[in-house]
Amino acid sequence: MAKQLLMGNQAIALGAIRAGVKVVTGYPGTPSTEVLETVAEENNGNVYVEWSVNEKSALEVAAGAAYSGARSMVTMKQVGLNVASDPLMSLAYIGVKAGMVILVADDPGPISSQTEQDTRHFAFYSKLPVFDPSTPEEAYTMIGDAFDYSEKYQTPVLFRPTTRLCHGCAAIETDSTVADKPVEGFIKDTSKWVIFPKTTYRNHIKIEERNPKIGEDFSSYKGNSLTGDGKKGIATGGVCYQYVKEALSMLSADGDCKLLKLATVHPFPETLALSFFDGLEEVLVVEELDPVIEKQLIFLCGKHGIKLTIHGKLDRFAPTAGESSVELCLSMLSKFLGKTAPALAARTAPPPLPVRPPVLCAGCPHRASFYTVKRAMKGRKAVFSGDIGCYTLGNAMPLDMVDTCLCMGAGITVAQGIHRAEPDTVNFAFVGDSTFFHTGIPGILNAVYNQTKIVVMVLDNSTTAMTGHQPHPGTGMTMMGEIAQKISIPDMLRAMGVTSVEVVDPLDLKETEAAVRRAAECEAVSAVICKSPCIAVTKPKPSYTVDAEKCTNCKVCIKQLGCPAIVKGEGKAEIDRSLCYGCGICEGICPFGAIGGEK
Amino acid sequence: MINCLLTGVGGQGTVLASKLIAQCAINEGLNAKTAETIGMAQRGGSVVSHVRIGEDIHSPLIPLGAADIIIGFEPGEAVRSLPYLKKGGTVIVCGKAIKPTTDSLSETSYSGEDMLAYLLSEEQNVIVIDGEEICRKCGSAKVLNTALLGAAAKSGTLGFSAEQFKSAMEMKIKEKFLQMNLEAFELGADAVDK
Repeated sequence: MAKQLLMGNQAIALGAIRAGVKVVTGYPGTPSTEVLETVAEENNGNVYVEWSVNEKSALEVAAGAAYSGARSMVTMKQVGLNVASDPLMSLAYIGVKAGMVILVADDPGPISSQTEQDTRHFAFYSKLPVFDPSTPEEAYTMIGDAFDYSEKYQTPVLFRPTTRLCHGCAAIETDSTVADKPVEGFIKDTSKWVIFPKTTYRNHIKIEERNPKIGEDFSSYKGNSLTGDGKKGIATGGVCYQYVKEALSMLSADGDCKLLKLATVHPFPETLALSFFDGLEEVLVVEELDPVIEKQLIFLCGKHGIKLTIHGKLDRFAPTAGESSVELCLSMLSKFLGKTAPALAARTAPPPLPVRPPVLCAGCPHRASFYTVKRAMKGRKAVFSGDIGCYTLGNAMPLDMVDTCLCMGAGITVAQGIHRAEPDTVNFAFVGDSTFFHTGIPGILNAVYNQTKIVVMVLDNSTTAMTGHQPHPGTGMTMMGEIAQKISIPDMLRAMGVTSVEVVDPLDLKETEAAVRRAAECEAVSAVICKSPCIAVTKPKPSYTVDAEKCTNCKVCIKQLGCPAIVKGEGKAEIDRSLCYGCGICEGICPFGAIGGEK
Repeated sequence: MINCLLTGVGGQGTVLASKLIAQCAINEGLNAKTAETIGMAQRGGSVVSHVRIGEDIHSPLIPLGAADIIIGFEPGEAVRSLPYLKKGGTVIVCGKAIKPTTDSLSETSYSGEDMLAYLLSEEQNVIVIDGEEICRKCGSAKVLNTALLGAAAKSGTLGFSAEQFKSAMEMKIKEKFLQMNLEAFELGADAVDK
């Protein structure tokens, strides 16, 4: 088949289909989302695909399928594994029958995440094997290897790509064969599938006996390699291997040192690492996130009484945070190898560059929701707890309406803690529709049960917007393209015991403000659902314009809304027609009636 | 090896443009790699796409000072990415500035003209395109990417002909938007001679 341009995540998906995967579950999260989407798009009719309500549910569904002999994969971003860590830790003891891959995408930088956590630690913690591909091409075949190892050792395995691999594209030659993996079905065996202290003890012994064998197996795994020669050696893995290769080539130092590429850091391939050490005096470890390879090499030196200098993050030879790059590798490698990096062209300093923090899109209904809550609470002592999603961007000036943001679902519960510490505040919790289903529900139950007065603002834009518009239980669509029963957020709130539930259109500023005031006066937990679809799933309306005759340049529209389509013009406000979606909220706030829709 | 950096503001369509360039390479049997900004930064933030064509490419990202061409969808973003350009490289830039909310809220004033003047003073091969005018003629702000590609193709730096780009566009752009994009591509190419 001809080569096609595939994103790393697409390559992983096609590789999984080729490996005969039967059940794929997940929860959207940058940079992992496109893996599951691609499996759904390229579905040959033999794969069941679902967006689960959260990562814990997703991992458990995939586990059940693997118990039954169907190859399964679950996808998530790194923080998703925190949510799924409960089943992960137990499943590690139970094991699987058919191959099961837990795909967890890490995000060095971080570019679009709340943590810089390293999933390789989870591999050590849960005692599971982990695969770390370095290019989309390699990921395409490595995902198949991951299924094979999983089946060979009857254990789930972790597969950990990082952002630059997930969202990098490469020309890849794919084949359309699909491994024939008949599903045996669930065979009852309580000694195997039911976790008990006795089972855990017995399996713990087996796991500790098994892992050194997998490490030995990994020493000859084709994803790991040892090349070059010399007294200096570089150990690396993942996308950093590519940066190191590029830097070596720019320094004309290819083959001047030993180069160890590790695609499997747990169980650690000790035999391979020992042959890397052979003849070396000094080692540099290049890796993103935490010094995982570095610590393993230091451990190995101690274990075998080897005297070596090992540089990396621990001795601050390498930066401890942020993503790596060719430039960073050039600077580290030139120092390590005693070479001179090519000089860059000198330039004069540019004029001050515009600062562009991410903001809510022009036309985003969340802007109206935040604006009205801010207005309704003007002069009141109120704290606004936010959550994870597009609406985190309500923190940007001038809205400035996110006082806390921690993790999925935490806005609702953090608001309760603040209220207990400071009962005279009005505590608002903003939560999106997908986050409501993900982890918002237990927090609301907690507030109702413990009678903690908070106002829950559900910003329902009918999609999972930040990650690229995935369906969820409230949309009435599944990832298999089927129509499902729409789960009603107001009905759920009422069923959980929230007595004051109002549904409003946030673009109707007056109605929304009045509803927010009523909710804030309520003596029990109250909720306002601001229902208006994301601009990306609706057609734009005609754009609005500023009547230059009427505009007094008071800048109220700019200072109160922060809409990217409204800009400071020549002594007047201007609306950029290429950005305006026609939401019309600016018309409602202009004190001079200078903004209007197309006539 | 050809390194092309596309830079702009989230929502301007840099990703499709990078895919079209990579598709041209693949259609010619060449190796290609791209890297994109996806996620939170797409919401009005600075975005860059890296396209690398040729053998022996390792990093998905272009090293500093190695880009043969920068396609700037916005003048300030072209300036921000200028350290990626190699000596004597080409800059194709849309002249229209996109003012961020941070600028409208401040007393300072961000000016696209200052950015263009800086680019012209720093580099020899700078082609400024009136992307806004082309979009108006085609009736959509969404064709800025294909307009700039037309200009880039005409500059000769990418090494692909207009015909090669057009077949990539036929493969990657939906039928109902294709004609509009082909027109924008032509207008972009014409703008280089002006």
